[in-house]
Parts: sequence; C-alpha cells; structure tokens
Amino acid sequence: MRSLKEQLTCCTKCSHSPEKPCRDLAKCLLDGPVCHTHPEAHEERRKSVQALLRTDVDRPTVYVGMGTCGIGARADRTMEAVQHWAETRNIEVDRVAVACIGLCSAEPLVDIQLPGCPRVSFQKVTADKVEALLDDVLAGKLSSELMLGQFRSQHKAYDAPFLDEHPFFKPQMRWVLKNCGIINPTSIDEYIAHGGYQALSKTLLTTPPQDACDLVEKSGLRGRGGGGFPAGTKWKFARKTVSEQKYLICNADEGDPGAFMDRAVIEGDPHRLVEGMAIAAYAIGARKAYVYIRAEYPLAIKHIRKAIDDAKAYGFLGRNILDSGFDLEIVIKQGAGAFVCGEETALMHSIEGRRGMPRPRPPFPAVRGLFGKPTVINNVETLANLPHLIDIGAEQFATLGTKSSKGTKVFALSGKVARTGLVEVAMGTTMRQIIFDIGGGVPNGKKYKAAQIGGPSGGCIPTEHLDIDVDYESLKQVGAMMGSGGLVVMDESTCMVDVAKFFMDFIQRESCGKCIPCREGTRRMLEILTALSRSRRNETGTAALTRFQGVMNLTSLAEVIRDTSLCGLGQTASNPVLSTLRYFRHEYEEHVFERHCSAGVCKELLHYTIDANKCTGCTLCAKKCPSEAIMGTLKTPHYIVEDKCIGCGTCVDVCRKDAVKAA
Amino acid sequence: MMQNDLQTASTSRIDAVLARHPGAARDSLIPILQEVQEAQGYLSEDAMKRVGQHLKLPASKVYGVATFYNQFRFSAVGQFHIALCRGTACHVKGSAKVLDALKLALKIEPGQTTKDGMFSLEILACIGACGLAPAMLVNGETYANVTPDSVRAILHDCRKRSAKNA
Amino acid sequence: MSNIEVNGRTIEAQPEDTVLAALRRAGVRIPTLCAMENLLPSGACRLCVVEVEGQRNLVPACAFPVTPGMKIKTHTPRAVKARKTIIELLLADHPDDCLYCARNNNCDLQRLAQEHGVRARRIHGEKIRRPLDASSPSLVRDPDKCVLCGRCVRVCEEVQAVSAIDFVGRGSKTHIGTAFDEGLNVSSCIHCGQCVHVCPTGALTEQSHVEDVIQAIAAGDKHVVVQHAPAVSVTIGEMFGLKSGADVAGVLTAALRRIGFAKVFDTSFAADLTVMEEASELAERLTKGGALPMMTSCSPGWVKFVEQFYPKLIPNLSTCKSPQQMMGAVIKAFYAKQAGIDPHKVFSVSIMPCTAKKFEVSRPEHSRDGVADVDAVLTTRELAQLIKMHGINLKELTPEGADTPFGERSSAGKLFGATGGVMEAALRTAHFLVTGKELDANFKPTAIRGLNGIKEAKVKVGDKELTVAVASGLKNARTVLDQMLSGERHVDFLEVMTCPGGCIAGGGQPLGVPLEAIRERMQALYTIDKEDTLRTAHQNPSIQKLYKDFLGKPLGEKSHHLLHTHYEVRDVA
Repeated sequence: MRSLKEQLTCCTKCSHSPEKPCRDLAKCLLDGPVCHTHPEAHEERRKSVQALLRTDVDRPTVYVGMGTCGIGARADRTMEAVQHWAETRNIEVDRVAVACIGLCSAEPLVDIQLPGCPRVSFQKVTADKVEALLDDVLAGKLSSELMLGQFRSQHKAYDAPFLDEHPFFKPQMRWVLKNCGIINPTSIDEYIAHGGYQALSKTLLTTPPQDACDLVEKSGLRGRGGGGFPAGTKWKFARKTVSEQKYLICNADEGDPGAFMDRAVIEGDPHRLVEGMAIAAYAIGARKAYVYIRAEYPLAIKHIRKAIDDAKAYGFLGRNILDSGFDLEIVIKQGAGAFVCGEETALMHSIEGRRGMPRPRPPFPAVRGLFGKPTVINNVETLANLPHLIDIGAEQFATLGTKSSKGTKVFALSGKVARTGLVEVAMGTTMRQIIFDIGGGVPNGKKYKAAQIGGPSGGCIPTEHLDIDVDYESLKQVGAMMGSGGLVVMDESTCMVDVAKFFMDFIQRESCGKCIPCREGTRRMLEILTALSRSRRNETGTAALTRFQGVMNLTSLAEVIRDTSLCGLGQTASNPVLSTLRYFRHEYEEHVFERHCSAGVCKELLHYTIDANKCTGCTLCAKKCPSEAIMGTLKTPHYIVEDKCIGCGTCVDVCRKDAVKAA
Repeated sequence: MMQNDLQTASTSRIDAVLARHPGAARDSLIPILQEVQEAQGYLSEDAMKRVGQHLKLPASKVYGVATFYNQFRFSAVGQFHIALCRGTACHVKGSAKVLDALKLALKIEPGQTTKDGMFSLEILACIGACGLAPAMLVNGETYANVTPDSVRAILHDCRKRSAKNA
Repeated sequence: MSNIEVNGRTIEAQPEDTVLAALRRAGVRIPTLCAMENLLPSGACRLCVVEVEGQRNLVPACAFPVTPGMKIKTHTPRAVKARKTIIELLLADHPDDCLYCARNNNCDLQRLAQEHGVRARRIHGEKIRRPLDASSPSLVRDPDKCVLCGRCVRVCEEVQAVSAIDFVGRGSKTHIGTAFDEGLNVSSCIHCGQCVHVCPTGALTEQSHVEDVIQAIAAGDKHVVVQHAPAVSVTIGEMFGLKSGADVAGVLTAALRRIGFAKVFDTSFAADLTVMEEASELAERLTKGGALPMMTSCSPGWVKFVEQFYPKLIPNLSTCKSPQQMMGAVIKAFYAKQAGIDPHKVFSVSIMPCTAKKFEVSRPEHSRDGVADVDAVLTTRELAQLIKMHGINLKELTPEGADTPFGERSSAGKLFGATGGVMEAALRTAHFLVTGKELDANFKPTAIRGLNGIKEAKVKVGDKELTVAVASGLKNARTVLDQMLSGERHVDFLEVMTCPGGCIAGGGQPLGVPLEAIRERMQALYTIDKEDTLRTAHQNPSIQKLYKDFLGKPLGEKSHHLLHTHYEVRDVA
C-alpha cells in the first residue's frame, strides 16, 4: 500500500508537495483527488483510508499496547510472543504497536481482530498467555477471564460485552484520548484517516487569527496545566503585543509526581498535539514553536519527533502551510529534570540554556517571554483539545461541562484504586464517579481515605467531598485544585502526615532555591513534619520542645510561604499541608499528642513485637538491627527490647517469616 | 598509557558532540550537555570547560546550569544503574520501603555507586508509570510493582548476569 | 506622572516606575536585600513585599510596576510579619556569630533583624555548613553567611563581565560557587572586590593583612614603611564621620605615624613615576612603532582580565608596573640603599582602595631575589580598623606632611584615583615628551572626566590626532575591546579601571556608600588638582631628581628592571 503522500502524485495534474503547497491538501489526502476527477486514484485513496481505519482487516491483526506503561508490563515480550506464535503456526499476522488506551492496571493490553470480525480487547496478556489466547480466538473462542470487551463495528458482534460498556470506559468522554490505544501513533496516515489535520485546514483556510482566538475564548477552554487560565484570553494578550517574532511553547514538562496524562497523549496520538500547536501558533502569530518535554519520556520524545518530521514532510508544518502564508517550525527541547521548569518563566529560562529559576511577573510571557519576545505557553492537554474543539465548534464544545469549566479533563488515576490508568471525563463528573465507577474503588477491602488531586500544589479530597464536581472553582473551594490531572487515591493504610511530608520533601528538593521563603521555608516545614513522626527515643536535648514549637509555627510559616513566594511552586507549596491539616487534623494530633500513627506508616511511632509462634530463630533480624535491640539465640524465638528499639523497622523488612509485627 | 587512551577517547567523543553544534548559542547548552552525558556517561570537568569554550560561556555558568538539573551526573554510574521512582503513586504504594531495601542491600545512598562499581542508585521524581507503581528502572528497563523482596531478587539477578559476563 | 496611594497618602510616580522606585522617591522605606540600582529586579529576597489592593498575595515592590491609582500599604501587620518571618528563616540557617564577624555592626541582615525586633529563635532546624574559601589572596568567601541574594553573582556578571561565580546546585543545596566548586584562587576571579561591596552580610570580605602589619611593627626588627594610594585620603574620612570626599591626607599621615610606621609615603609620587614611564612608552610606541592602542596597566583586576580573556591583547598592555609596585620597588631598591637598610629588613605596606592589589603583590614577577616589592596590603577599610584599634580618631589629629625621601608628588598623580585620571595625567606628560610643549591649555579634559562607563576624546599631540578612550567597570572595558577587535572603534590609548568610577569606588573602599558619595570623592580629586600648582609629572622636580640620581632615563635599563613587568596568558575556567 502506498502512503497517502505517495498517492498525491497520482497523475500529471496532481503534484502537491511541501514546495508547492495546496489549500485542499487535507481534504485531498482523505477523499481526493479534489481538484480533478481521477476515478482510479480516488479508489486507491478510498481503499487506503479504509485500510488505515481498519474497519476491516484482510488478515488477523494483533494490536499490542506499547506505551511506556505497557512496556513496563513487558508488552515487548508479548509482542515477541505474537511473532513467535505466527511463525510456529505459519499464519500471516499484522502486528500493530499502539500506545495506551488508558487501563494501565490491565497491561499488557492486546486487541485481536480477525477478518470480518470486530476488534476485541484483552487484558493482562503476558507473553506466556499469548499462545493459548491466539489459538482460542482463532478458533472462535473468546477467553472470558482475559477479555475486556469488543469494539463496536459494522461486523457481526461476538456474544460478548462491548468495550465501551466496560465500567472503566462507560463513564468516560474521550475527546483528547480519542485515538490513544486505537491507532498506530507513528503513522501520520492513520491520524489523517481518522480525520486528522482537518481542523488545522479549516482554521487556516477560513478563520483569521483573531477569530481563532475569539473562538477558543468563546469555547471556554481553560489551561489544563493547572492554573485554569482561559486559553483564548492568554492568546489574545500575545496576539496584541507587537513584535516581529513570537513564540508558542508546549509545556510537556509533566513533573507532578502522579501525573502522566501528557506522556500518554504524546505517546498515543502525537499528531493531535502537532495539529493543536499549529492552530495555536497561527492564532497568536508565532512562526516558531517549542515542545519542552521531559527527558524522562524517551518514547514520547521519539513519537513527537517522528510526528513533527512527518507533518513537515506532508506540508502541515514548514513554509507556507496549505498555501495560507503561515510558516511554522517546531523544535523539541528536552527538559533535564527540574520540576520548577513547569513554571512558565523557569521553563523559558531553561530553553534559553539557563538555570530554570523563575523571574517576577509582570512582565508576563505574553508581553516579554522567550528571548524577550511575546510567548504563549500552553500545556499538552490544552493544545490537544484544539483539533476536536475546532471540529465541533465553540458552541458545541461549551455545551459539555459546568458553568465555568468546559469540555473534558484527563486524569491519571493511580494509587490505592482497583483500576489505575488514564481517564477522560466531562467536566462536572463527580470524584466519586471517577474513583469508584471508573476506578473500581479501593481494592483489598480497605476503606477510602482521600484522593490527592493536583500533585504537590494541590490538596486532598476526603470522603465527605467525594461528590464534588470536576470543576476549577469547586475544587478550589474545598482547598484542592484541578492541577494537571494527577489523582492519587489513598486508603486507610495511608498516613496523611506522611503524605504531607512526602510532598514537602518533594517540593523542598525541587525548589529552585532562588527566593528565601520557598527555599528556607519549605525546608523548615519538612523538618517540622519529620519531627512529628520521630520517636522520643531518637530525640536528644530540647528536641521535644522544638517539635512542639514547630507544630505551633507550621500554619503561620505555611501562610507566609504562600503569601510571599516568587512563583507558583512556592505559593502552592504549603497546600498539601494546609489541606491535610484541614481534613485530617486528628491524624496530626495523634502524631503529636499520642505519638502514634494508626495507619502504621510512621515507623518510629510503632511498637514492634516478635510473634514467638512464627519466629524460627534465624537471627537475621538481630544481626540487622542497628541498635542491638533484638535478643535471642539461634533457633529459639527472638524478642525486642523496647527501650533499645529505635523504631527503624529493619526487622520487619528483613524477616522472612512475617514474624515481626508493628502496631 | 591507558589513562591517556581513555582521555583521548573521551576527548574525541566530546569533539563529536560539539561538531554537531557548529556556531551554537547559549540555548544549545542543555542539549549539548545532554549529548555529552549520553556519550560519556557523565559530565567531566573537562567536558564542561570545552562546552563553555564552544558556546563562549564562562565555565561557572556551565557548571551552574549543570548542577541545577537532576539529569546531570558528575561521576560515572555503576554497571547497573538503578533508578527508583519516588512519585506520589509509588510512594503511596510503598516505594519508601523499596528504597530502604535497596539502601540496605547495596549499602549506598541515592546518588552513590557501590565500591565495586557494580550498582549505582538514583531517585527519580516521577517517571509517569504510575499505573505500575512502585516502578523502578535498571539501566533504563522498567520493572513494575516492585517490592522489597522483588528488588532483592532483581539485584541478585544482576549480580548473576555480571558474573556470567565476566 | 501618575498618582498612587501609599498608606493613605497620595504620591507621584513616573510611568515606568516600579513600586519600589516610587516609594523610595517619596521617602517610604521598605527593606530589600537583593535589589540593585540600575539592574533589573531579581525578586529573590521577598523582603520588599507590600500589600496592593486587588492582589491576592503580597507583591514584591522591586519588580511590580506602578499603575495609576493603585493603592499600596507598606507596613501592614501582614507585610511586616512576612518580612520578619523571612529574616527569621535566614537566621535559622545563619552561623549566629556576629561578634566574630567582619561585618558586625555593618551588616544588613543584622540591622534588619534588629529593626524587626527578632528577639527569639522561633524557627529551628539543621544549619547547612559549607567550607570557607580562603584560597584567594584577596577575598574570603564564607558560604555559611551567604543569604543567596545573588548580588555578587550579578555584579560579577553584569558589571564586571567576569562571571567567576554563579549559583550552583538547587533548592536548599543552592550556594554560590566557582566553576566546579574550586577555590576562588584558581577561578577567573579578578579580585576586584565589587562583590564585597554588594554583599549584605559577612559572606564576602577581604583577605585581611591587619594582623601581619601589627606583627611586623611589633617585631621591632623590621623597618616598617607604608604608602597610601591617591584614592584613600579622600575616602577614609567617611569611616570617621567626615563627609564624602574630605581629603584627610595630612591627618592620615599623622595617624600612620602614631600606629608605628617608620615612614609614610604617598603613592601619588609613584603615580608620577608611572606617568613618566607610561607616557614615554606611549611616545615610543607612537613614534617607533609598537602595539596600539596602548592600554594602561595600573589596575591589577583589569590586567588579569586581559591575561585570561584577551590574551592576544597582552602586547597592548603597557609594561609599566602599577604605582603601588613602582613605589614598592623604589622603596626596596633605592630608599633602603639610601637609608642604609638591608632591603630584607624593610617591611613595605601599602594602603589601597583595592582588594586586587593583594593579588598583585603576590604575583611572582613582583619579587626580586626573594624580596617582594610590597609585603602587605591594607584596604581602606582595614586601615580604618587599624586606626580605630589604636584608639585614634582622625578628627582629633593635626595634619602632618608625608615623608618625602623622593620629594613631592604632582596633582597629576593624585588624579589616578578616579576613572580617566591616568589618561589625563599621562596625556599631559606625553604631549610634553612628544612636542616639548605643555598640553594645550585649551584641551578640556571634561570628556574623560566623570562617572560615565565609556568616555572618548580626541587629543592633538604634535601632528597626530590621538583617539583616547577611558573605560571603567570591566563590562564597559569588554564592550570597548570587542568594538576595537571588530573594527568598530579605533583607539590609540586606552585607560581601563576595573571598578566602575575608578579607585575611588574600589573594592577596598568603605562599604554601603551611595553613588552620590562617589561623585563627591571624584570631585575632591579634581579640586586637589585644580588648586595645586604642580600639575604634571614631568615638571615634578623630585621626579626629575630621582631619574638624575638613580633611574637614569624613562624606559632606561634601571627602569626596565624595577618599574616594568611582563604578563602571562592565564588559562582559567
């Protein structure tokens, strides 16, 4: 099969190329030729598009989810097993590496599609299960334990549930993730076959830049990176600043621990981002754009790089795109591991080759940004929203969601939840629906405690607020924030003081060190929190007094840091502490007054005992105990001398008989 | 003699990187450092000086930038470079215990390399594999849902592989 | 012009003002640690935060632009509490050894803590400790006292174009360091000490020679002599409550004698000597050929700057030693002989407005046969300490004349203390040497006077019209050099002073003075020159006599050995 681009030179009349851009390129690729009649060429193209859409296949096709999480679950071995199976059975099989459809906990995910049949999705298909599964499916048997569901299609359905009725997918509204896990992300042709680049085409040919800004503003699309600033309004600021050169930056420095939406979108559907960037750059008048992406995302970098190259080869990037006079070059810059570079001014400093330290705003980037030029910085999800937004129009877009939050939001659901992964829901969906319906609730019979939303800048959502809507303002009201979309579920075995400590540790390590309140303040807050879970046994001198003083200062310190820090990182650094204090004050009090951690997390506050019935007297714990607190002789049950125990928990970790109990 | 050979080899690797960036300006600093680290395994003082000269940047600036970002290392890593994710999901699912187990087994702190040069340990912010938490990388290969027990097994496996190759 | 409301009072603000600029003009004081005049705000210290109506958080006055009608409250409990907390946070990581600190009673952090009533250790925690860097011959860095305001980094980069130091590391591990955290001595530091001037705490101080000097005097077996530089007598008074620019040369001499120096020399005399040699060198380069433009070499920071950043221009540097080194050489080679003292027994001290002079004396080429030209260098600040230690108050002394074993100075030598002064003094003599006539009384030196960073003038010397340029502050010097090298600018004779404004604003001068004080110091030098009758080096009979009795002629063999030097290419990171 020739690629769509190769088909452009179908006859002498057709000679589209990036050098000779054509206004109708997008349409021509999908349904052409459009400038003249050429039945054979048209037929070839129609067939190609059908093949690319895979509404039907002419031989068994196996799709393997090969996103980062898939590979982490050894999908590469699954893929090899498929190959091996095909060779031993001597069957011709098409193998397609797709990215992640979102259900991470079910990886490796494999879809199988036989000619004339619907595509069926299977979960946890490790390499060892491939042979039996493929044999079964080929024989017409759908293994019930592995099967997730079948895709809707024109073909006769199997006697099996549909994938879109699976509880994980049913409540979702997939606009941004539409293609993720469905198409081959490295194929621009597949993206085009699925309607790609029509939005860019429509924008360049019919919408003046100012109108494009208006349209996005009218749609109510707000920044998905955390702040929630109206995207169209931001564009207009940059649009009206007079300058020879302007820049668009796609912020793909997804640093929030617990967030991987951007990675998944870029891995799974990179052209959606490229198209969105082209639309945004056109609207603000930028001719150069940057993708600032974490170096920790090698696969995403590979995919976005290929997408940019292919888009350029097809003429969707480069000079005089679609003969509109609009030029755009997209450059990839890899971040080098600094959470603070998610902050706009720090990010720009990083692109400029400087230390990623923020600077005061104003001047705002839209006025003076990268290299001193007006710059718009949008997050991946914001930009990836644009193609669909343009396709359906601002009014339609704005019908979904709440009063002030429109469209959908992608969340990375993880932690103590049955089904982890990437979910996209309409704004206004409740947290309860996301965590319990989509995520399947807390596993192992444990009780839900809270969900941390918005990462280290956000807050937690306790049980009493589970019915809150996904909405920028509502979340703020309960002391949380939308953030970029990390949603980590915690159960009764999670200690909230420990969670606050975790985030404070993260923030103080990631603080750029420039402004005093953030650099010094977060460090002191961490020390105060650490002291809460330090045993009296490990304290000397007036440490206990200092511990109390610290607790008294905690809130006041948090407020000053919030009030005076230079950038958003510092201003929101206290949020996890303030939020956990608000809802879980009793846990703090338990740590301070009772010196106990009922979640069993803060090791030093636990009491350790050895179960004489389980202990075989192997002496390992006694050998490893750093304070010589464990007594006993070989092959007789050991015991712990409490006065000597420093509560490090090493004995629990090293015991192979599960004989050491901590409570 | 061997020292010299090593030095020459490293110099030519840096040369090769710099040759890919003729006439580069400051905004190429981080990409160049990334490439140098890729080629050399870490950033040597000599390399940073050379990069500075190439970009007409004072060495203090190169060093200032390099030390700002987590990615850059200033000494060689072990034969097995272990990077443990300490993102939120991993934390909630017990990565702290995994870290303790690694520290106990390797007797090193994050950022260090074992005396025999076999293992080095690093903590990563979040690698975005939260669905597989706790996650760990060994020389770039992902291990999902690691536990104190499983990492001990992984270390054992590494040692075995190393012995076999030796 | 627009009105803004501050604490209920209406004040006027300029359209481009930051809140801080408007407040300062209106006399409303708020604390700052990181703000620097004439440089963009960094926004690091957050001490200048104020409440602005309509803003959710406190805003930094240094970076926030004024908008008409804005309402500001500068000292609300919220703002004051925030500032106090920030100070407490800094103190929580501070060594708390004020009594032992060079900046005790002259420290911004100490003053702020006092002003904000910090009376209890509310915030506790681990103090991060880093090693003291005393490797430099000129400067000492104590990272423990550093508050990371970044002013030293900025002055080193944005004013001096050296960038020997930068922020290193991140978060609480951030510190100021050289490349690879090596000692300052092996860095590209040019020892100018401008960083000391901007440091709000005791994190940056000069390498003190006070103890060496006291020991040398106390030992009794040494003949301890002292020279003081032209720019010292117009600044040291400030440290005794006199007004900026007050020339205290007379009482200074008296004080030095009381401290126990056997002889007190005026470096300005050596400046005259420098003028003779340098003007002759210029005349020779102009007539017989040689690298042009010729560049002055009195400022040791600048010399190192050329050696490490513009090695190709080393031949352009005048081979003349600086006045300090010429004086040192003449003292040990001529004065000692004349006075019948073994040069090894002479302990020669210089008092300099400069920290780089401490580096200069340590250069190996400034020693002959194991005898250093100069043995110890005190900055103006160290001298003030020495005077105070001896219980002397400058205000109470009667002026005395300097020891003049070599005779008087001219006022041309005194001009060395300000940017453009070396040029002016050298032109007066070069003109005479080339033409046999005094520099036309019509030549108005105003073009090369004043505080502008780059100055240029045309001077007719005989049938040649020379283009002379003067730069102070090495960023300005860099600009001139780059323009010269690219062919944009033609210069025949270039004077460069490392510190902006010249030695009157040198790295060893009193701390915490406003620009106005520097202007007054400069004016004082011009007044001395104006009122003096002996205004050129070549007319100085003592100089003529020194050549007759000892040196022979300028650029002669003796001069070559004693008064000229050479330079080395420096490979620094």
